[in-house]
Amino acid sequence: MTWLSRNIDLVLELTLEHLWLSLLPIVAGLIIAIPLGQLAWRQQWLRGPMLSLVGLLYTIPSLALFVLLPPILGIGYLSRANLIVALTIYAVALMTRFASDAFASVDSHVRQAAVAMGYDGWRRFWAVDLPLAGPVLLAGLRVVAVSTVSLVTVGVLVGIRSLGFLFTDGLQRNIPVEILTGIVMTVVTALALDALLVLLGRWLMPWSRDGRGRVAARRRRSPRAAVAR
Amino acid sequence: MIEFEGVAKRFDDGTLAVRGVDLVIPSHQVTVFVGSSGSGKTTLLRMINRMVEPTSGVVSIDGEDVAALDPVALRRRIGYVMQSAGLLPHRRVLENIVTVPRLNGMGRSEATELGLTLMDTVGLDRDLAGRYPNQLSGGQQQRVGVARGLAVDPNILLMDEPFGAVDPIVRADLQTELLRLQGELGKTVVFVTHDIEEAFLLGDQVVILADGGVIAQRGAPADILAAPASEFVADFIGADRGRRALRVEHRGGVAVVVDSNGRPAGVLTEDAAPS
Repeated sequence: MTWLSRNIDLVLELTLEHLWLSLLPIVAGLIIAIPLGQLAWRQQWLRGPMLSLVGLLYTIPSLALFVLLPPILGIGYLSRANLIVALTIYAVALMTRFASDAFASVDSHVRQAAVAMGYDGWRRFWAVDLPLAGPVLLAGLRVVAVSTVSLVTVGVLVGIRSLGFLFTDGLQRNIPVEILTGIVMTVVTALALDALLVLLGRWLMPWSRDGRGRVAARRRRSPRAAVAR
Repeated sequence: MIEFEGVAKRFDDGTLAVRGVDLVIPSHQVTVFVGSSGSGKTTLLRMINRMVEPTSGVVSIDGEDVAALDPVALRRRIGYVMQSAGLLPHRRVLENIVTVPRLNGMGRSEATELGLTLMDTVGLDRDLAGRYPNQLSGGQQQRVGVARGLAVDPNILLMDEPFGAVDPIVRADLQTELLRLQGELGKTVVFVTHDIEEAFLLGDQVVILADGGVIAQRGAPADILAAPASEFVADFIGADRGRRALRVEHRGGVAVVVDSNGRPAGVLTEDAAPS
């Protein structure tokens, strides 16, 4: 434990670095997967082949990606961009199927009502399809978040510092506490991010099942406040 | 006035949902399309706001061919109420009601004012304004649906089995409420149902549709009862099952009306009962 007390600053620094390296691929993966998932949902003939193909990306070993990406993208092997792009690919691979399922989960009855009221395509997407796909998108994003946080550690193989550094360093110097700290902090980071997503979901989607308790507490809002949101 | 001229619809899968329908729907009255599933009643209804395009024939509103109108603009000036209300689950009651006025660019405070007034119109407590649809009963949701249909003060209100998913007592309530509203507002209402009782209760004109989108008979409820045009119609309105053939029996000086099975349907009074 003396190792931990002497290196607490290092652990915190690596945790923040780790979090940052995780967030970019998660957000980028979501943004890329939404249009892909929508396309797969709308074009039924495309759905099967497209989801299989995107899913296959997940099976590429990360080391192979680290070697393949730099010449293709013209970035350095040891750059953080290498790791971030690789993890974004994995995030897209996981998230596209969730996104497709999310759009399929929107009640067709509600969608028809939106058409009948005179929503045109683009507005219907932003105002109806996307928010109603939200609960399933969130469920998928939670899986992607946890997976990404754990994958960030492999970046240490190409010299990108994250909590993974504690694994290799602890191994080389034979400090079990250091390795353990790396594992615990990775799990804590994943859990913290997951909790954050759940809270974000409750805040953004108070109407969904997860947020029902909150809605009940807010029932007494004045009617005037309702439209102002 | 809404007019169908030689309207037919064949869906992509080959089903002929509607064939050769000619029909005039007069303004400021309730016209009810009634038929079993597969009779094309909803298809006909949806041709009015271009949610379904006819394969052939013309649908026109006040002489204007709807095919020449922008569908989005057309839909925003026609009220639409559907089964299970079709409310947006992620919008509060008030936001749901004023959806179309807001789409048309109405400001927030004006929309709030309008929404609360509409809640009064359809008999909803203003305290419900901030709730989400899944926190309402089926009957309340349906009232929100009606309020939303009325929000742009449309001349035409399309109602697609709006009371199909609520229990009989609530349905009777909503029907009475609709008749009261129609007495005040005088909209051109096109109402779809599979329930002949509901059709006769609500319709100024009732259009009975047979399988495959053919008009079996149309007319005022009393005229259809007096002279069913075919065996199909007689069967559909229940004339042959004796429910419609009523006779009078005298019990202690009171004229009791019974059906042909002897079940009492009511008593005969001198004057028409106040409605």
